[in-house]
Order: sequence, then structure tokens, then C-alpha cells
Amino acid sequence: MPVTEQPRASTASPRRRGAGVGRVLVAVYAILALAALGRSIFQIVDRFDEAPAAFLFSLLAGVVYVIATVALAARWRRLAWATISLELAGVLVVGTITVFAPHLLGLHANDPFGRTATVWSTYGAGYLGIPLVLPVLGLLWLARSRVAKD
Amino acid sequence: MILVFTIVQAVVAAAAAVVCVVLGLANRKPSDLTLGALALVEALLIAQLVIALVAPALGNPSRGSVVEFYVYLITALAIPPLGIVWALIERTRWSNVVLGIAGFAVGVMVVRMYQIWALQIA
Repeated sequence: MPVTEQPRASTASPRRRGAGVGRVLVAVYAILALAALGRSIFQIVDRFDEAPAAFLFSLLAGVVYVIATVALAARWRRLAWATISLELAGVLVVGTITVFAPHLLGLHANDPFGRTATVWSTYGAGYLGIPLVLPVLGLLWLARSRVAKD
Repeated sequence: MILVFTIVQAVVAAAAAVVCVVLGLANRKPSDLTLGALALVEALLIAQLVIALVAPALGNPSRGSVVEFYVYLITALAIPPLGIVWALIERTRWSNVVLGIAGFAVGVMVVRMYQIWALQIA
């Protein structure tokens, strides 16, 4: 990657600054993808019967994070827009369901740190709220970096 | 797991995270200090692996899911090397921030691992 880094640095410094923040986003997304995917696969293998709907949502979240990570890293902007928007919708919808009507997902109680917790439970509280903040930052970055390019 | 060692690990990982993020935001490129901080985090994880393998034989078995514990530990073991490789390939200040995020993630995971081992809160 140093090969591509140097010409970019010499041509336009504002873009390079945006690109740098983008790299940090990729790293955070990669770790969240790992967390969501790893946890949901473990839960599905270990205790699928306890809350199948919640775990499948969790797996979906994990897959979306993986695609978003790749899209950000490879600069596939349209795919990044789609997956990050889906994430924001997911964390809001699943977060609201887990807070106000956990039984809809087959959950007996709403505990963001419990056995049946998922990344999107209680708006991502079990992950320090990062699942709620990250898509907002991602969308802001996508919007800003486009302005910088035009 | 051993509580005191877990606390040391979490504190070292958090300190490494703060140092790396601060240096990155202060416009420094990855250095021996930041790469070494993550190497130290990794060394402590390897020590943790040895402790986890030996502890049950010494009367300190896991109360929670052993499989879940090792999923966390093996994933955590992979994170600092990935961060270091990233920082070596891309020598910009943002790689220091990435190293900091890696350290932070390991710190959180170590705490979770202790919860699984000693309390099984999940």
C-alpha cells in the first residue's frame, strides 16, 4: 500500500486527510464485524433454541458489518452507503424492539449483557453504543469525502 | 484466569490504546513505542493462554463456557499482530490510531474473558 499512498499524498492533501480517517473507520468496522459475527455464530451453535430470531438478526448484523468493512476498504461507495444505512436502520429497529417489546424476538428479558444479547440489543449498549454511533460517523464520512472529491 | 493478571492485562491494553491514539492524533507515525506497546499486549495474551491452559489442573477451572472463552482468546490473539502488520504496511499517523483501537478491543475482550471464566455473565 505504500506504493499507492505516495502519489496520493503529493497530489491532494485534503483528500489524503479524509482518506486517513477512512482507514480508522475501516479498522473499527473490522473489529465490530469480528465481534458480531463471532458472537452470533457461537450463540447459534451453542444455544440457538433460546432466541432463534435474535441470533439470526445478530448473524445478519455480522454479515452486514463484514460487507461494510470490505466496501469501505475497497472504496465501493454505493455498497458502503447501502450497508451502513442498513446498519443504522437495523440498530434503531432492533434496539427499539429489544427495549419496548423483547418478546417479539423471543426474548424474555432485555439484558444487553445477557446470554441472548446481540450487537443491536438496546441500541448496542453491550458494545458501548458503538453500533449506534458508528453508522452515523460512517455516513458523515461518506458524505464529506464526496464533497472533498468534487 | 487470575484476577490480578487480568487487571494488569486490561490496564496495559488501555494504556497502550491511549498512548497510540494520542500519538496518532499528535501527527506521529508508528514508532517502536507504539508498535512495542501492541507487542507487549500480545505477549501478555500469550501468557494468558498459558495460564488458561494450566489453571484448570491447579484447581482453578472455568465456571463458564470453555469454548466461548477460547473463541475470545484466540480472536484477541489475532488482533495485535493484524494491527502491527497494518501499521508496518501503511506508515501514516492514522495507523497509530488503528493500533490504539486494536489495544482497546483487546482490553475489552480480556474483561469479557474474565466474566466468562469466573462469573459466566453470558
